[in-house]
Amino acid sequence: MLEKANQSGVALNDDIGEQKRLEMYRTQVVIREAETRAYELFLQNLVKGTSHLSLGQEAVAAGFAGAMRKGDLTFCTYRGHAHTLARGVSIEKVLGELMQRDNGLMRGKGGSMHLTSEEHGVMGSYAIIGAHLPIACGAAWRAQYRGDKDVSVCFFGDGTTNIGAFHEALNFAVIWKLPVVFVCENNLYMEYTPIGEVTAVPNPAADRAAAYGLEGVIVDGQDADAVYRAALAAYEKARSGGGPSLIECKTYRYSGHSRADPAKYRPPGELEKWKQRDPIIIYRERLKQFGISEEVIARIDADVKREVEEATEKCKAAPPPPLELLTKDVWADGGYAWRN
Amino acid sequence: MAELTYRDAVTRGIAQEMARDPDVVFFGEDVAAAGGVFKTTVGLLEQFGPKRVRDTPISEQAILGAAMGAAMTGLKPIAEIMFSDFFAVCFNYLANEFSKHRYISNGQTKCPLVVRTANGGGVRFGAQHSQSVENWCMMIPGLKVVAPSTPTDVIGLLAASVRDPDPVIFLEHKSLYPTKGDVPDGEIVDRLGTAKIVRPGKDCTILALALMVPRAMEAAEKLQAQNGIDAEVIDVRSLVPLDTQTILGSVGRTHRVFTVEENPRLCGWGAEIMSIIADEAFYELDAPLVRITTPHCPLPAADVLEDAMLPNVDRIVERVSRTLNS
Repeated sequence: MLEKANQSGVALNDDIGEQKRLEMYRTQVVIREAETRAYELFLQNLVKGTSHLSLGQEAVAAGFAGAMRKGDLTFCTYRGHAHTLARGVSIEKVLGELMQRDNGLMRGKGGSMHLTSEEHGVMGSYAIIGAHLPIACGAAWRAQYRGDKDVSVCFFGDGTTNIGAFHEALNFAVIWKLPVVFVCENNLYMEYTPIGEVTAVPNPAADRAAAYGLEGVIVDGQDADAVYRAALAAYEKARSGGGPSLIECKTYRYSGHSRADPAKYRPPGELEKWKQRDPIIIYRERLKQFGISEEVIARIDADVKREVEEATEKCKAAPPPPLELLTKDVWADGGYAWRN
Repeated sequence: MAELTYRDAVTRGIAQEMARDPDVVFFGEDVAAAGGVFKTTVGLLEQFGPKRVRDTPISEQAILGAAMGAAMTGLKPIAEIMFSDFFAVCFNYLANEFSKHRYISNGQTKCPLVVRTANGGGVRFGAQHSQSVENWCMMIPGLKVVAPSTPTDVIGLLAASVRDPDPVIFLEHKSLYPTKGDVPDGEIVDRLGTAKIVRPGKDCTILALALMVPRAMEAAEKLQAQNGIDAEVIDVRSLVPLDTQTILGSVGRTHRVFTVEENPRLCGWGAEIMSIIADEAFYELDAPLVRITTPHCPLPAADVLEDAMLPNVDRIVERVSRTLNS
């Protein structure tokens, strides 16, 4: 049901609404611009170590985060910049961590693959494939045990569906009826290998759902609205005691697996074809369709670009982490002593 | 004071902590309705209910991952891994996840969890259900590692582990489950990182852990009776944190040191302690540092073979007396 809603009288509001759409658009632009900048900084040798970008996959992060409430928990893989930004962690904190500066989210101690911000509900980015699915189950168990109403949302790639922890976690979540939502970002490639070549079923997550008594949900991962609606339904099911969900989002990774990968294994034309369904282009059209002006959209774009510029300058000026951090926080007492 | 088995001490220790703190939950394979395959958790389900005492599928990764997620968000889980050998199928959580997350998150994450497991040999279960894996755990920064040898220590160290804000690997010895000891009434709470001199002596120091403690004690009595050697026996109890002060203090008095280790020889816990002694008490030593360990072999099932493989009283007596008499 569409209805006229905004002050200009021309916008249409539906179940999602203008404010939420603007928020999700902004989130996608933040991810696009920050990830693009991360790549540029890598080329300048200012982003060190490794990094795994989510360019092309912005709508998944924006839709799931957009449907969350404060207090809901995010668990992500090493490809976690997008989900971290989507929960409201600042661009400066993320880029600072990628650049291994003292202003980074974990002051350089975790790096690109371990972004964590508990105050934003980002309970960690996990670099061992599949490890965080059982961990998300544990957080969901706490919610169930205490009667808390938060949902644990766990993001992973298509490659994760072939590791044991995925299957252990799904079975565990179902038998304990845990408020956890498993989100497979199927970007077609398990690192350098097409997922279809190494998986027994065509839909790596959704086709496995039946084995755990779950519905196999497939969502257009290029459309933040579709993602948002699927997320909201899964969260409501979880909050009302209905147990876990498994959602497979069809999406595409514009860059290689990691910074070291030029993605030459892709067939010619595949990238271009997916770029025609670019999530940000789709969403700009959506905003216009709902009566948002070009001017409002351009202002968001410009604001985000400026934020990225400012964050970049702050990170470039920031010092490296001090050596006093070296042995800090192994234990809860702040130290690392293993003997007296 | 009451006589209690090591097995029942496990139950009492868990019950003590669950009664004290509603955030303590306990789960694992066959632990609730069945009371544990070693009968170490009988009655906990009835006492604390199915919300706090839960059976799991055979999914060790799910068990340890769930323990971590629960601990990160406010619970104090006690997870059971039925046999310590099974750490090999969920090692990621020990090696990469709950041991490291506080550090890599710059101190944001907490993981106050306890992993209980049945460790060690002597029950003829063969190579995959009998290992002593304390050295697997000890080598990982971010894990605390405890291995009690008496019923009282089981309760006290388990309580200390549950109350500790960091992840603790709690190694029960499956051959000690039927052993008995006098246990004080009321709440028992010990301290991690404390070794115990269980037999004072002046001629040499024998460091032992878990099942090797009663064997070292028996060997010490024989050494006294047969060889006139007065051995001091120290129950190391806690590998991380390690009570080096008690150990170095003993070395300063006896000047001769032996370890009795059930783990296979390479990188056993005794090697680390001996390196500390060589580094910090070299000029106190009057004899070579001698490690008595399980040979660097898988464990056989047959009783005669397993008995010959693990350090035993006669081997300890022979090795100590030979070293002191040479």
